[in-house]
Amino acid sequence: MARLDNFSRTDEKDNVLTLSGITIHFGGLVAVDSVSMYVRRGAIAGLIGPNGAGKTTAFNVITGFYKPFSGYVEFTPPNASPMKITGLEPHKICKAGIARTFQNIRLFGNGTVLENVMTGAYVRQSGKWWMNILPIFPGAIREEREVREQAAALLERLGLARFINAHAASLPYGAQRRLEIARALATKPSFLLLDEPAAGMNPQESAELLNFIRTLRDEFDLSILLIEHDMKVVMGVCEHIWVLDDGRLIADGDSARIRSNPKVIEAYLGKEAAHA
Amino acid sequence: MIADSSGNRIRNNILTLASLALLAAFLWLAPKYLDGYKVRIINLIAINAILGLSLNLIYGMAGMFSLGHAGFMAIGAYVSALLILTPEQKSMMWILDPIAPWLMDLHAPFYASLLMAGILAAFFGWLISLPILRLGGDYLGIATLGFSEILRILIANLTSITNGPIGLKGIPAHTSLWVSYGCLLLFLAAVIRLMKSNFGNVIRAVRDDEIAAKTMGVNTFRTKVLAFTIGCFGAGVGGALMGNIITTIDSKMFTITQTYNILMIVVIGGLGSITGSILGSVIITTMLEWLRFVENPITIGAFRMDGKPGMRMVIFSLLLVAVIIFRREGIMGMREFSWDWVLSRPAAVRNRLASGGTPKGGD
Repeated sequence: MARLDNFSRTDEKDNVLTLSGITIHFGGLVAVDSVSMYVRRGAIAGLIGPNGAGKTTAFNVITGFYKPFSGYVEFTPPNASPMKITGLEPHKICKAGIARTFQNIRLFGNGTVLENVMTGAYVRQSGKWWMNILPIFPGAIREEREVREQAAALLERLGLARFINAHAASLPYGAQRRLEIARALATKPSFLLLDEPAAGMNPQESAELLNFIRTLRDEFDLSILLIEHDMKVVMGVCEHIWVLDDGRLIADGDSARIRSNPKVIEAYLGKEAAHA
Repeated sequence: MIADSSGNRIRNNILTLASLALLAAFLWLAPKYLDGYKVRIINLIAINAILGLSLNLIYGMAGMFSLGHAGFMAIGAYVSALLILTPEQKSMMWILDPIAPWLMDLHAPFYASLLMAGILAAFFGWLISLPILRLGGDYLGIATLGFSEILRILIANLTSITNGPIGLKGIPAHTSLWVSYGCLLLFLAAVIRLMKSNFGNVIRAVRDDEIAAKTMGVNTFRTKVLAFTIGCFGAGVGGALMGNIITTIDSKMFTITQTYNILMIVVIGGLGSITGSILGSVIITTMLEWLRFVENPITIGAFRMDGKPGMRMVIFSLLLVAVIIFRREGIMGMREFSWDWVLSRPAAVRNRLASGGTPKGGD
């Protein structure tokens, strides 16, 4: 599908992520129908749409859990040339620099908070697993210590330091969401996907989330794409918004354009509301 | 918080060394004061602990339900025995079929044979894991059980290599207390260090949530293959030690019952707990011997019952059912032994007594 607005493609080099004509079928059901979209480097972009619109499916395509029927995903790491990541295994996509959180929190529940974050850091570790069996590799010992210290520092920065030795599953809900973000950051990504970060949060918590997401982007030098139903969060933080409905891209633009777009209103509220 | 204060660490190291010295004294005194039967049980505790640890690595830590342990033990036991037996012994033993010529002069000292037993079991574990670790849960259990049984039947029929149903006899009894506990300590230290490293976190992460682990950049398939292979190494060494203590092996030693005993050690000790596997081995190995009295004829007053072979296993099955119903996490759950925990006990008990004496469960 052609892009709906008149954005020029001249600064395409600045895209951290480009989806081109992505289509996914599940049996007879078309979950995502030739969707093309992009995320600018350093931007916070939003992906919205009614339930079942295909938002999480799009995330699963980007992170390598689904192989698209047609189309491709292109990712550009910082200071590198674009790479096609379509069909790569999830762990390779993470290594390339894409991290994500999940709609239904997926922590390593039996591990401590620190262990969860350290696990995220493993992908950047160069020491081999067997080097830790005998204490005769000073490099491996140093690296293990650094991973531990960096994980602790990351928890400190995200305000989770007091939970450091607690079991991940025992944390309050909001802290679990934060921990999932901390774990994703431990993989040292340049592009972060957040799947409904405000789900289950009260208005005050989601107001704090706005600042938190911006701080994340600035401090960790990230580009962010988020799925969210909380329109206050989406309109407040996203610089560019993409709207999916029934697997199709129906609109994109900044928050003002999306708010006044009749197709978006129709998708969310029905035909009468759009023509009222 | 993150690292022990250095004072505690020194204290803990001293306590660990003292315990090792106590263990050494016990191992030195035991053969002098205990009869051969009891020494053998103490020996079996160490061997079963190695086997339990290795299955725990596969099932408890990495979350792969495997029922193939007896098969890998068999590989280890046969490899070790075939390497140790002298050509004279071999030439007398094969009576059904002549021995394969290349096997005749193959000979290695005991320790080399132990290592080879582990390596070959690990190799077969690796080979078999490539296709079957794509399965999950119960399917994996069935596939590993099937593999183990196929292996057993191969052993019973590859007469020119394994001497078929007659088995191998006259294996020198190399497994002394020093050997079995030495192997246990080496394997234990390796597993502890592995599971304390970040790779240990990764193994547990794959067990807890495979999808999340993949997203965090973990090659989950490779991780599972590795954990499975290391576990099979332990099974091979354990099987070799077992052969060298019983001095005769045949394919009937390595049935599902053998796997089941080790599984019980792991489940009762606590899936995912290294400490649990050691405790489980002490308890199960001792009980397996002690419970032999239920298989003897029993006379209580006028009531007389004939000995029923296999009664032990009935009791054990009931025990396992009871554990699964009442304490699914086993003795240790996923917790581990630490000196800090032990030394905090007296104070904890005092606090409990001071606060009205009502004991509260778990902490």
